[in-house]
Amino acid sequence: MRTKLLVLLAALAPAAAFAAGGGAHLERAGNDVGNRASLQRGAANFVNYCLGCHSAKYVRYNRVATDLGISEEQLVENLMFTGERPHDTMRIGINPTDAMRWFGVVPPDLSLIARARGTDYLYTFLRSFYADPSRPTGVNNIVLPGTSMPHVLWSLQGVQEAVWEGHPDAQGNVQKHFKEFKPASTGSLTADEYDQFVRDTVNFLDYIGEPVQLKRTKLGFPVIAFLIFFTLLAWALKKEYWKDVK
Amino acid sequence: MSSSQTDKGGGRLAALTQWIDDRFPMTKLWKEQVSEYYAPKNMNFWYFFGSLAMMVLVIQILTGIFLTMSYKPSAAEAFSSVEYIMRDVEWGWLIRYMHSTGASAFFIVVYLHMFRAMLYGSYQKPRELLWIFGMVIYFALMAEAFFGYLLPWGNMSYWGAQVIVSLFGAIPVVGDSLTEWIRGDFFISDVTLNRFFALHVAAIPLVLVFLVIAHLMALHEVGSNNPDGVDIKKVKGPDGIPLDGIAFHPYYTVKDLVGVGVFLIIFCLIIFFAPTMGGYFLEHANFEPANALQTPPHIAPVWYFTPFYAILRSVPNKPMGAALMGVAVLLFVFLPWLDRSKVKSIRYRGPIFKFAITAFAISFLALGYLGLQPATPGYTNAARAFSVVYFAFFLLMPWYSSIDKTKPVPTRVTYHAH
Repeated sequence: MRTKLLVLLAALAPAAAFAAGGGAHLERAGNDVGNRASLQRGAANFVNYCLGCHSAKYVRYNRVATDLGISEEQLVENLMFTGERPHDTMRIGINPTDAMRWFGVVPPDLSLIARARGTDYLYTFLRSFYADPSRPTGVNNIVLPGTSMPHVLWSLQGVQEAVWEGHPDAQGNVQKHFKEFKPASTGSLTADEYDQFVRDTVNFLDYIGEPVQLKRTKLGFPVIAFLIFFTLLAWALKKEYWKDVK
Repeated sequence: MSSSQTDKGGGRLAALTQWIDDRFPMTKLWKEQVSEYYAPKNMNFWYFFGSLAMMVLVIQILTGIFLTMSYKPSAAEAFSSVEYIMRDVEWGWLIRYMHSTGASAFFIVVYLHMFRAMLYGSYQKPRELLWIFGMVIYFALMAEAFFGYLLPWGNMSYWGAQVIVSLFGAIPVVGDSLTEWIRGDFFISDVTLNRFFALHVAAIPLVLVFLVIAHLMALHEVGSNNPDGVDIKKVKGPDGIPLDGIAFHPYYTVKDLVGVGVFLIIFCLIIFFAPTMGGYFLEHANFEPANALQTPPHIAPVWYFTPFYAILRSVPNKPMGAALMGVAVLLFVFLPWLDRSKVKSIRYRGPIFKFAITAFAISFLALGYLGLQPATPGYTNAARAFSVVYFAFFLLMPWYSSIDKTKPVPTRVTYHAH
């Protein structure tokens, strides 16, 4: 009975309270899955920075290599570090119980994260960490407040602080609103380089969400062309037959 | 198999046809149902949707068979097996997108098919039973879509099923035991998934196919209606063929081929360029596996159920809302008796009906839109207003359809030869 009530509450409650992203403004990722160089850079970023904690358990290494134009030697040398075989999927060794103890959550599998959350969400999320000493990881995130994820890319981006502006509401309480980020320390990448780094990574996540998407759109054009031809032919046939209908 | 070959008598094919015809009414059936079934010559584009619905049914059955070959109906494996189909099965992605797009396409063509019947009064005497068979097909289709939606075992599958099954709990006395009986468990689980799979791939498809056959038999018994609502059987030539009738084959088979072409262009544009339709055909939250501990940010049924979902949500009381939603769906069945008009087609009806059906169409679309939105107070009030219009269309019909002015119906159909 209680579950049922919860279900109904969840179904009937205004979605705003639950909305993913906390209503933060999402910036456009502007990634292009047709850009192979970007995908290759993204693959390298992914295996170096994400794959330690996040798996991509539906993604096969050799499928990535084939789709991204990477040779098997390059694949094994640059993208595979722990003795997997090329036809393996991107699984990780992290023990879920350990992960739970370290982070409070098991880091989610990222195979479908771009399809579930959208690329703009991921792009904005990875650029929105800010220093917050009240959090166990020392950082918080504008897009996902209270996130358990540490700022893995801090050495690249540097540390930034959030600037808030206050608006007193009707009761006179000051409501804090996020205004902008202020860099507190510089990382090894410039701001533009970091944006491109994130864009490439998100591009790769977009690709692994649906590896067939490049082939799919390419195949679409001849299919539609054929169907237009077929329809014209059918229309001519119909006209010919219907001549006798008076 | 055509009649001309049989008539000539010679040749092996003709001999084979004769051999079969002596044992099975093959040629007889072909003639009765297709080549000598006379349909009104004035049927317009609204008449494409019946044959299209049948084609989509075939697409769903064929793609469904291939999906079943790689899908695993268990809570542990279902989600992964769908991704396996999408990534590792040769052309699996195409089969899956055809099936998922086909589900939405089925409802689009069926809604247009039903609206056609309402525009031209196709449910009126003598087509009441034809209409009822059609409505039962629609109910079976809703069940089929609902059971199928759980199978990918995504988080929206899970919570959508949870919410809809819990609606049965609104039934007094037996509600709680009924929901338990449907789920086979105290919550949506592996057991539920397994039985929904059985119902989705075996039970309901069988029912659908038999109902479609019954629908076609009833149609061919009474004959097709047309945009003028004229009974073409009243004016026959010396050969006993209606003067306004033309053979279904070849005239309507070639015409329907054009409809098929246009439909497939749109269908394939979606499959190849926008298979998720921005989250309406395949929802974002369903790319996360079922999670009994976390609801998706915003639970809404797939778009084809949202008009009724909006009606459900507009009532503050759950049992009442569920009952009203059920009534909203069932009211269609009674159209042949709610409609008291002397004429069938909108072409010869008066302004009141034209206004009423326009208001109904707008309210149906608006409810569909509102059902997808979060239930804010503003949206809920809008849904209430449109629900009133929706019910008024049906419940006031006996009154307004009888006082509405009608134009005289001609004896022959309007047709301009091209």
